[in-house]
Amino acid sequence: MRGMSLIVKTITNITVGFMFIYGLYIILHGHLTPGGGFAGGVIVAGAFVLKILAFGSERSAEKKSATRASIFESIGGLLFIGIAMSALLVAGTFFLNFLPKGTPFHLLSAGIIPFCNIAISIKVGAGLFSIFLALGAMKYIMED
Amino acid sequence: MIIFASCIILFLIGLYAIVTKRNLIKIAIGFAFIEYAVNLLFALIGFKHGALAPIITQVNTPHNFVDPIPQALVLTAIVIALGTTALMLTVILRIYNRYKTFDIAEIKKLKG
Amino acid sequence: MSFIPLFFALPLITAFLIPILGKIFKPLIWIVSTLVSFVLFIISLYGIAVTQEIPMVVYKMGNWPPPLGIVMAFDSFSAVTVFVISIISFTSCLFSYRFLSRYTGQWKFYTLLMLVIAGMMGISITGDLFNMFVFLEIAAIASYALVAFGIDAKELEAAFKYMVMGEIGGLTFLLSIALLYAKTSTLNLADISYSLQVVGHTPFFWMILGMMLFAFSIKAGLVPFHSWVPDAYPAAPAPISSLLAGICTKVFGIYTMARIIFNVFGLTRAHDPMFFNILIGMGLLSIAFAGLTALNQTDYKRLLAFSSISQVGYILIGFGIGNFYGIVGAIFYILAHGFAKGLLFLTSGSVVYATSTSDLKKLAGLGERMPTTAWSFRFGGLSLVGIPPLVGFFAKLFIILGAIKAGFLWLAVLAILLSILTLAYLLKIENSVFMKKRKSDTKRAPFTMRIGMVFLVVLIVIIGIGFQPVMDFIVGPAAHALLRGVEYANLVFSHVLVNF
Repeated sequence: MRGMSLIVKTITNITVGFMFIYGLYIILHGHLTPGGGFAGGVIVAGAFVLKILAFGSERSAEKKSATRASIFESIGGLLFIGIAMSALLVAGTFFLNFLPKGTPFHLLSAGIIPFCNIAISIKVGAGLFSIFLALGAMKYIMED
Repeated sequence: MIIFASCIILFLIGLYAIVTKRNLIKIAIGFAFIEYAVNLLFALIGFKHGALAPIITQVNTPHNFVDPIPQALVLTAIVIALGTTALMLTVILRIYNRYKTFDIAEIKKLKG
Repeated sequence: MSFIPLFFALPLITAFLIPILGKIFKPLIWIVSTLVSFVLFIISLYGIAVTQEIPMVVYKMGNWPPPLGIVMAFDSFSAVTVFVISIISFTSCLFSYRFLSRYTGQWKFYTLLMLVIAGMMGISITGDLFNMFVFLEIAAIASYALVAFGIDAKELEAAFKYMVMGEIGGLTFLLSIALLYAKTSTLNLADISYSLQVVGHTPFFWMILGMMLFAFSIKAGLVPFHSWVPDAYPAAPAPISSLLAGICTKVFGIYTMARIIFNVFGLTRAHDPMFFNILIGMGLLSIAFAGLTALNQTDYKRLLAFSSISQVGYILIGFGIGNFYGIVGAIFYILAHGFAKGLLFLTSGSVVYATSTSDLKKLAGLGERMPTTAWSFRFGGLSLVGIPPLVGFFAKLFIILGAIKAGFLWLAVLAILLSILTLAYLLKIENSVFMKKRKSDTKRAPFTMRIGMVFLVVLIVIIGIGFQPVMDFIVGPAAHALLRGVEYANLVFSHVLVNF
């Protein structure tokens, strides 16, 4: 049987969704509560890692996810610099918080910071997941 | 003062592991020690007795916070440490794949 | 719109764009990265033009004023460094096109290369200590990965050594930042400078400075801590050796050291002669030890690696002399050695490309088959030795002039004598690689490789012949920027020059 035992698989199936949602919560409330893009991205990546650990995976599927993860990582990085550069282009200063700040302690506030958090979370989540895949792929290299 | 000194001691323990241990994985652990020591030192520098965590949750909070900057720095340093550790472990595994050993004394194809 | 953020934003954007571009059309990767490094070159020329009129351009990231937010402080010394970085990275990119044809996963190479460039650009323009550390680590981690790019046994071993040494240096730097923050409660270089003037030269001050000197000596590959250099340079692909030897060690180690010694800690030769004598001592040790070791080497790239360690010693001597001429010499040397050693490593790359070996005993008679490579080697070598009218001559001349002005006649004589070592080990390469009878037929260096080498040769000759304008407009102001000392802080805080 591929992956771990039935108990682990069942528990994983139940918890993975919650982990994912919790990660999203941490990301989206990054400007209001402790946490933010990095912590949330790690939790989201943790959900993916748990899924792969519990259910196992094929080498070809891992390769495909590694490619996808690297593309997502680039997109995250580009988004983050894109936000900073758009501040430069629109408002004339790199990393200026040029969007309206809104009322404090509301979800839609703090200007560009929530968007930065989202970009960071994509970058960190994909990056951490691809680190996991790269270290996991070492077992194939060892076998060759 | 003692608490700062203990951070430095932790740093030196890590350095000791890097310099004297022959196992590659133990060297990587030595680096983890050093990173923890520096991060701990940063967190302690910002600490104040009886102060709150620097999180503003309402409009009128008392301004008695610990210094938030070292915490931000620690976060950045942790990210960098993550990158270094991941790269180092990958290189170590690749080395193991080529040399079939973790012993640094047997890894010497280079002259120096 | 300001040009300052472009220095690190452009290479970062390219670095993240490359994995996506690579999926669409492969040659686009090379075109885009070469183009971007050329654009950086243009921007750096503009930067030099700007610093002619304004002593320092202060850029507030996100419009936060200096002690609160991160500032970018771009002065003449930054302008010189950025200029050299952009040139060496441009030629490395040009050279990589054909050289990399035997490797797989080329997009990874260019992504990492762009990260190294972004990190170096960031180090040389930042005005914030922790920001400097972050950029240093970005560039350093990318360069560890680049050294291991061949993933063969030797490459991995070299990369591991480099990583262990480099990380000890980096983490010591972080520890010294922590201690400095505990004392001064600020990370802005200018603000730290103010605070340290109040603190005075206490044992704590010297301890922090010693830790930073240790960290930067590792990063610069100076002699007691040089063991990673002769492994890492030969193991890396030639364009990366060119980048590492040409500019990385100087930005990671020498630039940061000079900036912190002169502008942040505000040391001057008049007040602390002991410290500057230590710098001179370390420089002499590097020159002599690495120069003598280079004589026994039998590998092309390994010999050049020892030569780099030895040449970095001259830069340190220049800063150690500490008067105007010494510092001008040191900055000239950063230029001269960057171009010359970058060029020499590129010639080693084209030899490796043609013959697949860098062993001096197996190579012979390449001079007639590869004239461009051979003549590039000769020009680079002569510049390194210090033959007029090439740029290396003026670098040595100013260092010697500075030594005489400071009253170190023995140092001037020693510097001249030690440059004979340089001539000796370079003649060894010339003799065994380019002279003698040809053993077998080899490939020729492709067009893009030759363009990169010729570009550097032209620069070496032009800057050498036209040294007077270079001295007046580029190097002289940079030396003044360093000698300005703690005035640096006043300039950062004078809000007149903000957001150019």
